[in-house]
Amino acid sequence: MNFLERTLTSFLNAMEHALDAEALAKADGLLQRVDPRTKVIGILTLIIAAATAHKLWVIGAVFAIALALAVCSRISPLLLARRVWIPVLLFAGIIALPAPFAIPGRVVWRLPGLGWALTAQGLLSARYLVTRVETAATLSVLLILSTPWTRVLKALRVLRVPVVVVVILGMAYRYIFLLLESARDMLESRRSRMVGELRGSDRRRLAAASVGVLMSKTLQLSGDVYSAMLARGFRGEVYMLDDFRTAALDWIMLSLFAGIVAAAFYYGR
Amino acid sequence: MPVPVFEVREVTFRYHEVTALDHLSLAIPPGKRVALLGANGSGKSTLLRILDGLAFPQKGKITFCGEPLTEERLQNPEFAYPFRRRVGLVFQNPDIQLFSPTVFDEVAFGPLQLQWPKEKVRATVEEMLEVMKITHLKDRSPHHLSTGEKKRVTLASVLVLDPEVLLLDEPTAALDPKSASQMIDFLIGLHGGAKTVVTTTHDLDILEDIADGCFVFQTGRLVAAGTPAEILLQTSLLEQTNLVHAHRHIHASGEAHSHPHLHGHKH
Repeated sequence: MNFLERTLTSFLNAMEHALDAEALAKADGLLQRVDPRTKVIGILTLIIAAATAHKLWVIGAVFAIALALAVCSRISPLLLARRVWIPVLLFAGIIALPAPFAIPGRVVWRLPGLGWALTAQGLLSARYLVTRVETAATLSVLLILSTPWTRVLKALRVLRVPVVVVVILGMAYRYIFLLLESARDMLESRRSRMVGELRGSDRRRLAAASVGVLMSKTLQLSGDVYSAMLARGFRGEVYMLDDFRTAALDWIMLSLFAGIVAAAFYYGR
Repeated sequence: MPVPVFEVREVTFRYHEVTALDHLSLAIPPGKRVALLGANGSGKSTLLRILDGLAFPQKGKITFCGEPLTEERLQNPEFAYPFRRRVGLVFQNPDIQLFSPTVFDEVAFGPLQLQWPKEKVRATVEEMLEVMKITHLKDRSPHHLSTGEKKRVTLASVLVLDPEVLLLDEPTAALDPKSASQMIDFLIGLHGGAKTVVTTTHDLDILEDIADGCFVFQTGRLVAAGTPAEILLQTSLLEQTNLVHAHRHIHASGEAHSHPHLHGHKH
């Protein structure tokens, strides 16, 4: 499998994950019942609280709350481990790796051979980084897994994100699937007519040609979509319908989020 | 004689080097169901785009209810808003037309652009979803719909504005027999609403059901006009315009032979 096909397979896997997420967002759980605006505000402030806390136990407590929210929302911790914790640990771990050696402080260990000093302050700093990133990523993924993406986008309006940005993101989300399918069809039709392996230079030529064709299709599609918008009265201004309803549960959750965030700010100073 | 909804006079339209419409003239009377017949590439879809003010001819004139239909006039909201309200176009490829994140948003798009009050938009959209029997799809993303469902959503997204003129580009293309039949039943039902319906098709099987009159196109030119019955009798015209073909087939007796006869091209 060459680079292009591997990339495409990854995209298609991501697409399947997105479809799984939509199914999960329809489950009957706690966060699924909460208005997306409440979730966006609550989760965003929790992320800020975790990111600014100066005590590890406070960040750990926010992480535990995120875990409890996941369980109450029928989101399996195993799924979170697979999708978030392990990839984030690898990613943040690589970034945090130099910190224990680079930050000066009390030496707790020396790397055999090289003699590099591992410091207590450096280790603490790396732990802060990893726990903060894990907590923020877990909270973000909770929002995505408990809310259809289209409603997350609409809820961004509560943060004063301009309508046009929300609409463009929504359209991009809509058409990325279509273009991915188109790309997959192109690759499959090519594969069905191929026997044996291509040379590296031929593979690169084919990859470039496929990208070009896809680009051309994208341009054609964008022109057609614009025509379809014009045909239904679009004149450069975008209008949206917010169909959110605030219920008693939203006020309870909002108060809960506010209480947790206030406590995290207070104890995490 | 009533003023035609659309009058096309000596219109020529080119895509770069390719002439899609060549000195075309025709008139579409109000309240009639008109079919534009022609093989692929005969200029039918281009004409629909021109009638909907999405493309403008290099030569010739178009009028809508007696008023010139030009790019300049469509820049003027006083002309553009009523025009978009009165004329609706359903594209052949539903994926072009379904650009909103959910079915509900899609159907609401037109009314919102025409700045209807939001409560009216909600009520009208709910009603239209009910009429088209797609209420159960309202929170779904268009990506997850079947082609038949997509077609119904595209139709709902145009009909929600209750246009007087409906332009339909190959409404039964790529539909399975049951979905195609439902679509035809719906188009037949539309006639009761006294709308002007212009449908492009090369499916001769549905012609008499969906049209009172037809125009036959070949390479951007109008080659015939008449009622469906008159057109369907002209076998040599239909053969010449690639709407029917002589093909080999086997009769019940087992005898294999070929002769021209009516079969719409189905794609």
